[in-house]
Amino acid sequence: MDEPLVRWDWIARNWDNGGPTSVKVLLENHIVMAFVPVVVGLLIAIPLGLACARYRWLYQPTVGIMNIVYSLPSLALFSILLSVTGLTQTTVIIPLTLFSLAVLIPAVVDGMKSVPDHVRQSAVAMGFQPYKRLMKVELPIAVPVVLAGLRVAAVSSISLVSVGALIGQGGLGYLFIDGWQRQFYTPIVVGIVLVVALALVADFVIIVAQRLLTPWARRSA
Amino acid sequence: MITFDGVTKRYADGTVAVDDLSLEVPTGAITVFVGPSGCGKTTSLRMINRMIDPSQGRILLDGKDVTGVDPATLRRGIGYVIQQAGLFPHRRIVDNIATVPLLLGWDKKKARDRAMELMERVGLDPKLARRYPFQLSGGQQQRVGVARALAADPPVLLMDEPFSAVDPIVRTSLQEELLRLQDELHKTIVFVTHDIDEAVKLGDTVAVLRVGGKLAQIAAPAELLSAPADDFVREFLGRDRGIRRLGFVPSGTLTLEPAPEGVTAQGHGTFNPAKDSLRAALDASLLSPDGLAVAVDDDGRVLGVVGQAALVGAARG
Repeated sequence: MDEPLVRWDWIARNWDNGGPTSVKVLLENHIVMAFVPVVVGLLIAIPLGLACARYRWLYQPTVGIMNIVYSLPSLALFSILLSVTGLTQTTVIIPLTLFSLAVLIPAVVDGMKSVPDHVRQSAVAMGFQPYKRLMKVELPIAVPVVLAGLRVAAVSSISLVSVGALIGQGGLGYLFIDGWQRQFYTPIVVGIVLVVALALVADFVIIVAQRLLTPWARRSA
Repeated sequence: MITFDGVTKRYADGTVAVDDLSLEVPTGAITVFVGPSGCGKTTSLRMINRMIDPSQGRILLDGKDVTGVDPATLRRGIGYVIQQAGLFPHRRIVDNIATVPLLLGWDKKKARDRAMELMERVGLDPKLARRYPFQLSGGQQQRVGVARALAADPPVLLMDEPFSAVDPIVRTSLQEELLRLQDELHKTIVFVTHDIDEAVKLGDTVAVLRVGGKLAQIAAPAELLSAPADDFVREFLGRDRGIRRLGFVPSGTLTLEPAPEGVTAQGHGTFNPAKDSLRAALDASLLSPDGLAVAVDDDGRVLGVVGQAALVGAARG
C-alpha cells in the first residue's frame, strides 16, 4: 500500500498531544532557539559594530574572526559545547548567536558607513555632542542597512536551529529525524512547511517594522 | 567681528593648508573667501567654528579666542550651510529647521513655530513642512539648509559653497534670495566659493586665496576688479574684468539728454538710473540700433537718453 505524502490524521493527533515532541511544543522551542540568538546577536553587534566603525583597524580582524566562526559547521560547535552546557537549548543558542554576529556586525558597520559625510559634518557643525549625534543622527540613519542584515540573520537562524535535532535540541528539526527513521513523510513535510512559514513571517515582520521605523527612506520600487 | 591673527594650519604629513592668514571679517557684512581648490578656503572657514583647530595663531570672535569656548556651545551660536545642504534624511523639514533651537533646549512648540516662520522667510511653501528631505528638489533643500542655519538667530553664518551643486538658474535665485535676506538680517557672513563671479556678486569684501593657503588680496569687489594686486589675482578674476567692474558703478551720475523726437522705450534698450549700474546702461545702448540708452523711472516713463560717447567717458571714470 502506498504511503500518502501527508497523513492529516497524524497532524491532528500530534499537534498538541501533551508530550515533549508534540508539533506545537517543537514549534515553540524552535521559535525560542531561533529568536534569542538574533536578539542577543543584535545587542552585541551594535556596540561591536560601532567600535569597528569608529576604530577602523578593528574592522578587518573582527570580520576575519567572524567569517572563520561562520565557516565552522554548526554540528561541530554543538558537539564542543555539549561538554559545557549539556543537552540544553543553550548549546544551540550560543553557536547561532555567533553566526548571527557574523552577519550583524558588518551590517552595523555598513549602516554607519551609509551615513553621508555631509550629514555627519553638518551634525557636528550644528553643535551635536558625540553621544547625541550617534543616538539622534547616525544610528537612525543606519537603521535600513542594519535591518537588511537582520532579515538575513533571522532567516538563517530559523533554518539552522533544525541541525540541533542531532543533539536532541532542534525544535522542528526533530520531525525530520523522526520521519527519516520511520520512513514516514508526514512529519518531514510538516517540519518543512512550518520552518518556511516561520521564516516568511519573520521576514515580513521585519519589513513592516522597517516601513514604520524609516518612513523617510527612499523607496526603491 | 571675526579676526584671523596669523593663523596657520599644518597637517601631520607636513601639508600646509593655511599659511599665516591675517584678516578681519567685519560684523554685519558678507565676506567671501575665494580661490582655486587647495587654497585653504574651507579649512579657514572651519577653523571659525572649531571643526578644525589651527596649528598656530588665533581666531577671535568679537575679541574672544574661539579655542577657549566649548566647541558644541560655540557651534550652536554659528549658523552653518554646506554644499549638499547636509539635511538629516530621517527628519521632516520642520524638524530639520528646528534642530539647533531644540539642541538649545527650546520647547518643541516654540521651536516648530520658529521653523515655520523661517520657511516663509526663505521662500519655502509651508506645505513642505511635513515632507522628508528626499522629497524636495536640490534648490528647495538648499533653502531648508539656510533656514536651518538661521533658526536660532545666530549673529554669524558660515556658508561653504552652498550653491555650487544646483543648476545655474536656481543658483541665481538663491544668490538673490541671500542678498535680500541679508538686507533684512545683517548677519556676519563668511561665504566660501571657487566661483569668482559669485564672490564678486555676493561679497561686500572678497578675500582671494592662493594655493598653499596664502592671502593674495582682500578688497571690495569694485576695487578688486579695477586694481588686482598681482598676476595671480588678475588671472583668477578672468576676462571682461573692465566690463564687470562697471557693474559696481552706479548709472545715476550719467548726464541725461532729452529724448529726440520719436525715441521711446519701445525698440530701445532701457535702464533705470535709480537702480541700475553703468554696465546695464552700456548694455542698453548696445541693444539699441541708434546706440542710445533710454533712461526710464520706476513706472517706465522716459527720463532721457545717453549716447555711447558719454557712456564710455563715464566708464573711464
